[in-house]
Amino acid sequence: MAAIEVGKEPASIDVKSLLARQGIFIAFVLFMIGFGIFSDKFLSPENLLTVLRQSAIIGVMAVGVTVVVLSGNLDLSVGSMLSFGTVMVVDLHDKLGATPAIGIMLIAVLVLGAVNGFLIGFLKLNSLIVTLGMLSAIQGLTLIYSGGKNVDVADQETTWFAIFGRGDILGVATPIVIFAVLAVIMHIVMSRTPYGRRIYAVGGNATAAVFSGIRRNRVVFSTYLISAFCTGIAAIILGSRVMGSQNNVGQGYELLVLAGVILGGTSLLGGSGNILKTVLGVLILGFIQNGLLLLGFPYFAQWIVTWVVIILAVWLDVAAKRGRLLSPIA
Amino acid sequence: MSISNPTLQLVGIVKTFPGVRALDDVNFDVQPGEVHALLGENGAGKSTLMKVLAGMYQPDGGKIVIDGSPVVMRTPLEAKQSGVILIHQELSLAEEMTVAENVFLGELPKKRFGLVDWKTLHQRVYVILNKLNCDFEPTTPVDSLSIAKKQMVEIARALTHDAKVVIFDEPTASLTDQEKVVLFDVIRDLQADGVGIVYISHRMEEIFHLSNRISVLRDGTYRGTLMTAETNEDEVTQLMIGRSLSYERLHEHVETGDVALSVENLSCGKLYQDVSFEVRTGEVVGFYGLVGAGRTEIAETLFGLRKPTSGQIHLQGKAVDINSPVEAIQFGLSLVPENRKEQGLVLAMSCRDNMTLPQIDALTTGPFVSGTEELKIYNTYHDQLEIKTPSWRQPVQNLSGGNQQKIVIGKWLGMHPKVLIVDEPTRGIDVGSKSEIHNLLRKLAKSGYAVVVISSEMPEVLHVSDRIVAMYNGRVMREFTSDEVTEDNLIQAISGLSDNNLKVA
Repeated sequence: MAAIEVGKEPASIDVKSLLARQGIFIAFVLFMIGFGIFSDKFLSPENLLTVLRQSAIIGVMAVGVTVVVLSGNLDLSVGSMLSFGTVMVVDLHDKLGATPAIGIMLIAVLVLGAVNGFLIGFLKLNSLIVTLGMLSAIQGLTLIYSGGKNVDVADQETTWFAIFGRGDILGVATPIVIFAVLAVIMHIVMSRTPYGRRIYAVGGNATAAVFSGIRRNRVVFSTYLISAFCTGIAAIILGSRVMGSQNNVGQGYELLVLAGVILGGTSLLGGSGNILKTVLGVLILGFIQNGLLLLGFPYFAQWIVTWVVIILAVWLDVAAKRGRLLSPIA
Repeated sequence: MSISNPTLQLVGIVKTFPGVRALDDVNFDVQPGEVHALLGENGAGKSTLMKVLAGMYQPDGGKIVIDGSPVVMRTPLEAKQSGVILIHQELSLAEEMTVAENVFLGELPKKRFGLVDWKTLHQRVYVILNKLNCDFEPTTPVDSLSIAKKQMVEIARALTHDAKVVIFDEPTASLTDQEKVVLFDVIRDLQADGVGIVYISHRMEEIFHLSNRISVLRDGTYRGTLMTAETNEDEVTQLMIGRSLSYERLHEHVETGDVALSVENLSCGKLYQDVSFEVRTGEVVGFYGLVGAGRTEIAETLFGLRKPTSGQIHLQGKAVDINSPVEAIQFGLSLVPENRKEQGLVLAMSCRDNMTLPQIDALTTGPFVSGTEELKIYNTYHDQLEIKTPSWRQPVQNLSGGNQQKIVIGKWLGMHPKVLIVDEPTRGIDVGSKSEIHNLLRKLAKSGYAVVVISSEMPEVLHVSDRIVAMYNGRVMREFTSDEVTEDNLIQAISGLSDNNLKVA
């Protein structure tokens, strides 16, 4: 019964949480091996690159959403914001040219992000409600903008706009490069700058952050600008790849993005997690979906599996915090 | 009373939380039909012990014995089924539901198909309410009842089971004298039925009025049990705080400097009115009063968290308007808040990061936070405040309360404030760290800070303050110098028993 024992409990919780965290990676490795056995294409370099490229759009959005989640909020509006941005950039491309189209679209989504940020940061409304509302409001906005018609780029072969979705830089597909560069920059911002530290503080304990002289309102506001900006970038990639857009092209992305963030292990309560974890989470998600397709599961089965994976991840996250899988009290 | 077989026995209970040993080898027992009072200062471990008893916490060591056989109570329901019932300090009723539903919450009698058997329910609750002499119906909605009556509902809940032990945690905290009489009658009835009662309270007169035995906890350890009939308040107090009630005062005669903070006729709606005081560099001014007297609200106003409705604040002679914590900090004002864990610290962050949080913008090379600069600051205050932690990387949630508090204080010392406001400096901190913090506050004043200490503990205020501002109901009742102040006149001032109030009465 010496005093030394006092420090013991946190250490043992750490071990458990480590196990719980690794549990998902162990599952992932088994998954990869399993898919690899059943489908010889799965582990081929072409397929792995395909998965990376396909994950890039979700990944770019997830980088922004991770920043929001780290500050203790949610952003569910990114799905319809992606639709809006893609429709807009494609539509304006033929009317004004690529550069003005990109510029105007980015400003437009930043305005939408600012609305989120104002309502959640300054009016302190619940982020789930606000961004869920924005999800459907922006979908409506998109339909008004397009008049319900799908849009296309007329001259798909010669425009330099193609570089974002179809081109490559030094032999690597541009979407992968954009995803990687954005992730690295945001990781450095979050881990090394005073601004990043403030976001972690607000997410970890908003009250204590305010008591430490941090302007919580502004910090929260800014995270929604970052999220909107990332979604705007994703819209450029998507518009460029497809060279056209449907009004509901981003439908469901908000959940895939959130799934990536959660899978990476960033806490929905805020204050814990990081960008690189999200990158990993997004890739896991991409590989699972790709593997299911290769095994011949119907496309829509992905949605069910994604849901199962999210639930599993959330459960393990909660279980890791309380140190056991089941508990009569929270 | 003969020492028969105890209904309930706790042997060598140990419970640790990260960084704290909340209970260390605690023994406690309850005989059938007795009232056993449990006493201890805040943070002594009473609540933890009760939560262990009620199945809310699992002890890390020791055993619980009921009627001679060891039991494990994994959930509150299991504890209830073993006959141990806790009447919470904060009542835990479903406000929207009726009395009857609350009394049998979770165990409503059922008919076929799982439907609630309302008739049986209301009959059974009616019988219990009668026994407790309650004047309300089983069908009354709980949210229409007074606090005292809600407490009766909680007690009724206890009687649905074969209660062997009923634990009352500060039951009279919000009751009127009349309501207390009713409660005490109920307790005596339970006693007569052979139920063992555990009675937790700070109020000595109640304890001596009701109890057969008194047990004392201090800093999570068991300090002994006294027969109520053979002891007195002094002996109990001494056991509780480890010394008798004479406080050595820390302050020597101090050289005070200029007025650092002066507040004139400050009011904030109904929270406090017409508050004026001055704090000079080099002195500690204590604010003492009951909870709700407006002390914390004044601190929050000074720190820019509340807007005053009238009055003026001067910092070093200049009239200032403080609209946010950011501005307060720029004016050289710092607040160590009342609630360390909720307001003072980002618990999951490291010791270093918490300490450098307010000045993080200044600790950069280029656009990046400089780890070396941060560590410099951290090491300075880590050494000065003698913070005990294995490493700066340690999340603050793993530290003991005393060391956590030092991190919060260090965080503000790094900002070199002119005025340091410390709200409840030692709440929930063990006695050893308490005196360290007290000495630290004195030392800070001496080194040129103007220090304001807000505390609900009289020994603490007497201990550290050069002057004491006594508050009652949102008003400053009197200001004492350390020579004038005595326990008696201080208590009088904070109870509103000054000349003014006597006239009103």
